[in-house]
Amino acid sequence: MIKISVKNLNLYYGKFHALKDINMDINKNEITAFIGPSGCGKSSFLRTLNRMNDLVEDCKIEGEILLDDKDIIKDIIDVNILRKRVGMVFQKPNPFPMSIYDNIAYGPRTHNINKKSILDDIVEESLKKAAIWDEVKDDLKKSALRLSGGQMQRICIARALAVRPEVILLDEPTSALDPISTSKIEDLLGDLKKEFTIIMVTHNMQQATRTSDKTAFFLNGELIEFNDTETLFSIPSKKSTEDYITGRFG
Amino acid sequence: MNKFINIAIKLAALLTFSIFFFIVSYIFIKGVPNLSFKLFSLEYTSENVSLLPSIINTVLIIVLTLLVATPIGVFTSFYLVEYANRRSKLVSLIRITTQTLAAIPSIVYGLFGMLFFVIDLGFKYSLLAGTLTLSIMILPIIINTTEEALLSVANNLREASFALGAGKVRTIFKVIFPICINSILAGVILSIGRIVGETAALIFTLGTVPKIVTGLFSSGRTLALHMYLLSTEAVHVEQSYATGVVLLIVIFMINSLSTYISKRFGRLGR
Repeated sequence: MIKISVKNLNLYYGKFHALKDINMDINKNEITAFIGPSGCGKSSFLRTLNRMNDLVEDCKIEGEILLDDKDIIKDIIDVNILRKRVGMVFQKPNPFPMSIYDNIAYGPRTHNINKKSILDDIVEESLKKAAIWDEVKDDLKKSALRLSGGQMQRICIARALAVRPEVILLDEPTSALDPISTSKIEDLLGDLKKEFTIIMVTHNMQQATRTSDKTAFFLNGELIEFNDTETLFSIPSKKSTEDYITGRFG
Repeated sequence: MNKFINIAIKLAALLTFSIFFFIVSYIFIKGVPNLSFKLFSLEYTSENVSLLPSIINTVLIIVLTLLVATPIGVFTSFYLVEYANRRSKLVSLIRITTQTLAAIPSIVYGLFGMLFFVIDLGFKYSLLAGTLTLSIMILPIIINTTEEALLSVANNLREASFALGAGKVRTIFKVIFPICINSILAGVILSIGRIVGETAALIFTLGTVPKIVTGLFSSGRTLALHMYLLSTEAVHVEQSYATGVVLLIVIFMINSLSTYISKRFGRLGR
């Protein structure tokens, strides 16, 4: 089942044409990975899906992005409602300088859930889903900044889950983490896809092969190839995909 | 060479400390013997130049000025950093204006306050005219410190908040403001220092009446102004020294209190 359908998407930063005619269907309950060299447009594309690019001055978007058949630009006018449905986890763990509890409760509180008992449940459920509950359940009052990098990133995932999104965007979520934390987060993604649609930008091709169902390869603002991860990595149909995954550039 | 620099560093510190120590002890030695309970009576007369009315006026004008200037200054900074297009002409204009205003000698504010508030608006010499003049004077301090604090907040925290569907106002008040509150309060403390020490901007706006102000349109004098006036009148030089001691103590107390408050707030923000 298709969750997000992108049609003829073009993105400009001022005069710079950053994304060129992108067409892509992203399936529900799958992990879709975006790969490609730096500056290829994969992060820009990811940030278009929850309209984070609205924050960039001179950014212009053309084309359609349908989330369950609704255009996220023309039909979902309130960007905050879109971002509640399409959550995001960033490259560098960025917990707020507050307690673990308040970090997780920030999103629900933003959307007017203020009852303590409901918040308690959401916090516990989100931390469990992000596989960090056992490590922090005894000191939820502790500042989230006093955790390790890997724990912080899982707190950020829990924070994104707490608003009960349908899609989760991850922008190189493990690039700042050590291998053990990375593998914990990769395992976690496998569990999360049962409930959510996951889209992930990664620099790490092994990560894409280990975790994703589908992979998209971007180069110079174009979507070069989009296929099942296994097919894309074993029998790429384009020369430049092959060059990239075999390490000839990038 | 290293040895020389070592000695120079220590000498500089010693010199600074000695000057500071000398000034404080000089003021205390000259002033403390002239302190008496009489100086703290509610009524000022030409025989007993009581300084209590001036202390009360000083506290009042601090509170009122901060009430006017802090919200305006902090909100202006919010606009400059969080709302305005950072490359816009308006932003650079406001920035240049505040930086210029910060560097203007206070007598210019006094002159402006006298011409505009006292004469044009007909406030006469009054608490209101003094408060408004001082508010304009400390506005650049508050804007500059707040702006710097806001700019130092990492952008990825704003992104995290927006990505959860929070709007600008919520992001500012729940995420950014708590991080900045310490620096903002530091700016406020700096402003209090300016207010307590101010004479030039007040002499022609607040006026020089040595009584406790009775309302917004009543004239009064602050402690610094009181001290200045006593020393120029030349017959109460001893009391002027005593006032200096009290001024020093008052500033010390205000600074300790504000530091304490800012630490308390700071902890809440963590």
